[in-house]
Amino acid sequence: MTHKTLNLHVPTLTRVEGEGAMHVTVEDGEVTDVKLEIYEPPRMFEAFLRGRGYAEPVDITARICGICPVAYQMSAAHAIESIAGVHPGGAIRELRRLLYCGEWIESHVLHMAFLHAPDFVGVDSGIEIAQLHPELMTEVLHLKKTGNRIMEVVGGRPIHPVNVRLGGFYRAPTRAELETLSPDLERAHAGALALLKWVATFDYPSIPNRLADNTEYVSLRHESEYPFNEGRMVSNLGLDLDVATFGEQIREYHVAHSTALHATLGGDNGTGRRYQTGPLARWMNSADLVPSSVRAVADELGVAEVETNPFRSILIRGLEVLWAIEEAQRIIATYRPPARPALEVPAVAGIGHGCTEAPRGTLYHRYEIDASGTITDAVIIPPTSQNQDAIETDLRDFVASHLDLDDHTLGHRCEQVIRNYDPCISCATHFLRFSIDRRD
Amino acid sequence: MQHTSATPIAWPESIEHGQSPSLAVWKFASCDGCQLSLLDCEDELMAVAGRVAISYFPEATTAMVDGPYDVSLVEGSITTEHDAARILDIRRQSRLLVTIGACATAGGIQALRNGRDVDGFTSIVYAHPEYITTLATSTPIADHVRVDLELRGCPIDRGQLLQTLAALLNRHALRLPTTSVCIECKARQTSCVMVAHGTPCLGPVTQAGCGALCPSFHRGCYGCFGPMESPNVPALRTQLGLLGLAGVDIDRLLNTFNTTAFAELEQTQIDERAPS
Ligand code: SF4
Ligand code: SF4
Repeated sequence: MTHKTLNLHVPTLTRVEGEGAMHVTVEDGEVTDVKLEIYEPPRMFEAFLRGRGYAEPVDITARICGICPVAYQMSAAHAIESIAGVHPGGAIRELRRLLYCGEWIESHVLHMAFLHAPDFVGVDSGIEIAQLHPELMTEVLHLKKTGNRIMEVVGGRPIHPVNVRLGGFYRAPTRAELETLSPDLERAHAGALALLKWVATFDYPSIPNRLADNTEYVSLRHESEYPFNEGRMVSNLGLDLDVATFGEQIREYHVAHSTALHATLGGDNGTGRRYQTGPLARWMNSADLVPSSVRAVADELGVAEVETNPFRSILIRGLEVLWAIEEAQRIIATYRPPARPALEVPAVAGIGHGCTEAPRGTLYHRYEIDASGTITDAVIIPPTSQNQDAIETDLRDFVASHLDLDDHTLGHRCEQVIRNYDPCISCATHFLRFSIDRRD
Repeated sequence: MQHTSATPIAWPESIEHGQSPSLAVWKFASCDGCQLSLLDCEDELMAVAGRVAISYFPEATTAMVDGPYDVSLVEGSITTEHDAARILDIRRQSRLLVTIGACATAGGIQALRNGRDVDGFTSIVYAHPEYITTLATSTPIADHVRVDLELRGCPIDRGQLLQTLAALLNRHALRLPTTSVCIECKARQTSCVMVAHGTPCLGPVTQAGCGALCPSFHRGCYGCFGPMESPNVPALRTQLGLLGLAGVDIDRLLNTFNTTAFAELEQTQIDERAPS
């Protein structure tokens, strides 16, 4: 038997955050092994959170990710507030949603136009897209900036907002401050529509016989709103759990090739159910909750209520941007500042769980604190850990159905498969060593 | 009115010759937030992209040009042996090396591991600690190589980043403040949160640059820009104690995003004052 082994290196996994390598083994025309290796220098937040004060994770965990700090702030706040039984409502709740709208807009637009679209257009960067489509990109940049502006007005700055605390905010913005956002939001709405319509003209590859089509799509679902901070964890396969019970069911496991952890539900590696989170899951579980205006755009662009092709996730991101703009407009139009910017959150011994919807998927936090308010244990499971299995499965199926491509093209297309998930492995340089062994 | 330091910098000669300077953006242990600040300059992004040659910026572009580079922006701290070697190579390839943010200038929040049991830390986070290789410390870039300019903050201030790029492109001196956040509060006429509300604040010892953001939201500064030039940390500790903050809370406040920086300073100051 002859063994032909090809080692091919894609020098860098670009336009994602994180250092990774991918290894594919093909034997006799069959993909026998796929590993997405992630090398992030471990920063060990869960370890140094032990011994810190219960009010601190809101600021500390934001530093896990500069792209979605609000998600970290919200999951931390909700988890810790739940221990004291504090549930901010009214205007504080509205301001939190508004802040999250800003993050979704900024993060989604960054990913859509700068990180993901270049794959479909066949260029290296969003800056090149701007050279090809200057008018469109002017509006896209304005749209992205509007997301950042919302975070500035509500949170003080777009990266690691300073105004968020347990129980609410340090200072509630005035009506006048929020209203300064209105003209930008109006223009951004048109910009989001333009971006969506452009994105809808792309050719979407597909993955034949995609196993991950049958994984469980998990997200928050709220009774009446598209999900951000609250609701039950549901799936297309009938999962329906409160956040705490869901948290107890997640099992993380650690594989040799990665410093990121993988997650499954209700069992260990091998027995647990594979699942994925993110825009496809949210849309599948909550598309009925977007306003009819957003639904109409989805219909016009041919986006179904159930979409499973990960390459089409860019369309769902666009619809979520549109929704976030309308939600922000609604919040601003009806805003009355809260009587007090924050509720008191006393130190109470116990365990708290929080799940909120980061742009790229569900972000889970769990804290155990003692009666003095000192953290004794912390668990953080980011969306990319939860999506790791789906990404690897997609890579396997994609390679299996595209063995006719040369290694160079295949390597590039595999990066695109990874970017479908907007992975946020933010801790490293960005080397993807793509190696493929073809043995025949 | 603000005290500033004009940083003498030997800007790359390529600019003299009318060429676009080449720019590389590197990442070590970090959250990506500081390099994201560059993409967050929406209004200026295309203008910047037109005047520098973006030669290496994997978060933004797949295109890559080999070094040397005129300017390297470095985000993140050194936490692995591999990275300790990599920064040496980057220094060799860079005419000008600018560190961006608290991770790169002070070791970042991940420096909370320093002086602690890192093996124990690893086993808290990972089921198989044997798969993980990491150094016992998180150290700033300047502990490893010569750094030409440091931009502070967690994250850096977008305006300071743009000022730096503008100074580079126009070859003029760069003026970055070295005074405290207090001066910025006065400049924007924010009433002092410590005096008016008794809110603990690190403003008196923290380097200006953010525009006194936290106090403008009725929050005390938590020191994300790191220590100013010769701050009086022991005096502030006394003041924070008078405001009712317990010792453990003061320790936490000083030991978060720039932990190495404040901790080392306070120690030197205590040593200096101790009767010998
Ligand atoms: S300094 Fe702060 S914002 Fe910058 S990379 Fe480090 S953690 Fe992120
Ligand atoms: S006031 Fe202090 S903590 Fe707040 S942004 Fe400025 S330097 Fe950072």
